[in-house]
Amino acid sequence: MVVASLAFVEFLVIILARDIYLNGLHIYTLGASSPDLTIPENYIVPVRIILEVDSMSIFMAIISATVSLAAAIYSLSFMKGETGQNRFYTLLLLLVAGMFGMVLTGDLFNLFVFLEIASIAGAALTAFRTKFADTAEGGLKYIVISTVAALMVLFAIGIFYAQYNLINIGALAHVMQYTMLDKIALVLLAIAFMMKLASVPLHMWCPDTYSVAPASITIMLVVASYACLYALFRTCFTLYGVSPDMVTVGWIVITLGMLTMFVGVTMAVFQTDIKRLMAYHCISQTGYMLLGIGVGLAVLNRPEALNTYGIAAMDGGIFHIINNALYKGLLFLTAGALFYRTGTRDLNRMGGLAHKMKWTTIFYIIGALSISGIPPFNGFASKLLIYESVYRFNPILAIVAMITSILTLASFTKAFYSAFMGAELPEYQEVKEVPKSMIAGMAILAAGIIFFSLFPGLVVERLAHPATEALINQGAYISGIMGGGG
Amino acid sequence: MTQGIPFNVPFLAVAALIGIAFYIIVSQRNLIKLVMGLSILASGVNLFLITLGYREGGVAPIYTHAPAGIMVLPVPQALTLTSIVIAVACLALMLSMVVHIYRHTGSTDSEKSRIMKG
Repeated sequence: MVVASLAFVEFLVIILARDIYLNGLHIYTLGASSPDLTIPENYIVPVRIILEVDSMSIFMAIISATVSLAAAIYSLSFMKGETGQNRFYTLLLLLVAGMFGMVLTGDLFNLFVFLEIASIAGAALTAFRTKFADTAEGGLKYIVISTVAALMVLFAIGIFYAQYNLINIGALAHVMQYTMLDKIALVLLAIAFMMKLASVPLHMWCPDTYSVAPASITIMLVVASYACLYALFRTCFTLYGVSPDMVTVGWIVITLGMLTMFVGVTMAVFQTDIKRLMAYHCISQTGYMLLGIGVGLAVLNRPEALNTYGIAAMDGGIFHIINNALYKGLLFLTAGALFYRTGTRDLNRMGGLAHKMKWTTIFYIIGALSISGIPPFNGFASKLLIYESVYRFNPILAIVAMITSILTLASFTKAFYSAFMGAELPEYQEVKEVPKSMIAGMAILAAGIIFFSLFPGLVVERLAHPATEALINQGAYISGIMGGGG
Repeated sequence: MTQGIPFNVPFLAVAALIGIAFYIIVSQRNLIKLVMGLSILASGVNLFLITLGYREGGVAPIYTHAPAGIMVLPVPQALTLTSIVIAVACLALMLSMVVHIYRHTGSTDSEKSRIMKG
């Protein structure tokens, strides 16, 4: 049932994506007599809850749908034997709903509500396997961080409402005055989303939560954190847009991106817990996205620089989101497969598993090569876009990004040798390949990686570039709400 | 606001609540106290929203049989109501996790019950 409904959602999202690529932005007003009626009669501002979908939103929705589908199929076998299966899948669908709500909504308060829905469902799923001692700890860390972040978002919404009596993103952007209070609200929103995104220096919860959650939930938490990345971009580009302060904001995002990238990977090199290692890499990869988008932000009000390399950097950053969701998801699922058969996440206690688990090994190699940016895999395509454009912005940033990539390769090679290579260990004589549904879940993501590796140009042109255009084009989003007035 | 109370007092209360809450969250090691801190933080933010919507001498925004005069803003109240519901869900979830941590480790001290490091 769950798998069927998620497959149907994926189908709907792809149809909607094609429609948006052809016809542009879509709007749906909840509770109105006509879906286009964003501003009710006798009112001058939009008061209803509005869903507003443009290329960037649908790009995130595609990621959420694909990864959730893979996660649900994977869970069929992975969670077998756990009690309370019904509740598990209910929470899983709630998490999916939260992610979709966050990326499709056009209303700030709605964003807060869906952020909380996703957080509560995510934390409950993290702590779902209560038989392990450490799961509740990971779940508690996640929910505490989420609650603090969400309350900061709510406070920022309060500041906006106090000034403009509006909570609609497009309408707020229309009347934005860039007062001191607006800057405070921007800081609050940025800190809150960075907290949820596990950007350094607020990354401490991330390895703990990601490593104890069931593997299929970990990949959904990764996507949920990218929904927060989307919210951050929406705030910076659509809500605030072109203003002199954006250069400063852009540099802050770049600096945090570099720190995130480098601290993440250096912490990862020393880890012996396989999922913890991957969680630190996850932090590190987020840095690439922040770097690409930060460069775009910093040059937003310099049109010639934006056209020569700013847009390419943003394309790279956005393309990297979907690539990372795919290969990081695949790697977490292979780690889950190892845990499923060996009962440990400790790399020092694994070895020689390539003899027994051939499919898992193949999937791990695909994922590891892709995350390290080895051509011809898709990680290389997006990283190359980021390197090239960032090099023209500031060469030092590009060099740090390349060093990070090398360290990533080093640490995944280490993990590969300890888990898969070497002689067969006596205690793993009975280990065999994981059940079919887990292979199917991994195969969906691996197929996505291979497709993106074969046709990176197509994906950038059809998915990533329209998303960038949608972010830069603030006027289109506003006029969607305010009815052509712009 | 009733006569005699300056309009700023609720905002000072908001600042105090949020300040106390952040102090508790950062400094306390007991997990139950941490959860209490988060609850106070939620109350502070809710108070902020309600105060924003208040208009001097306003009545509750219910149109049926409403007396003449100004009403307070309904939107912040709707927001606060939603926020309270969400806060209750979070609180329940966090407390249940603390119970699980206590069962497994025998302590609610965040330094002693901590399993994962590094």
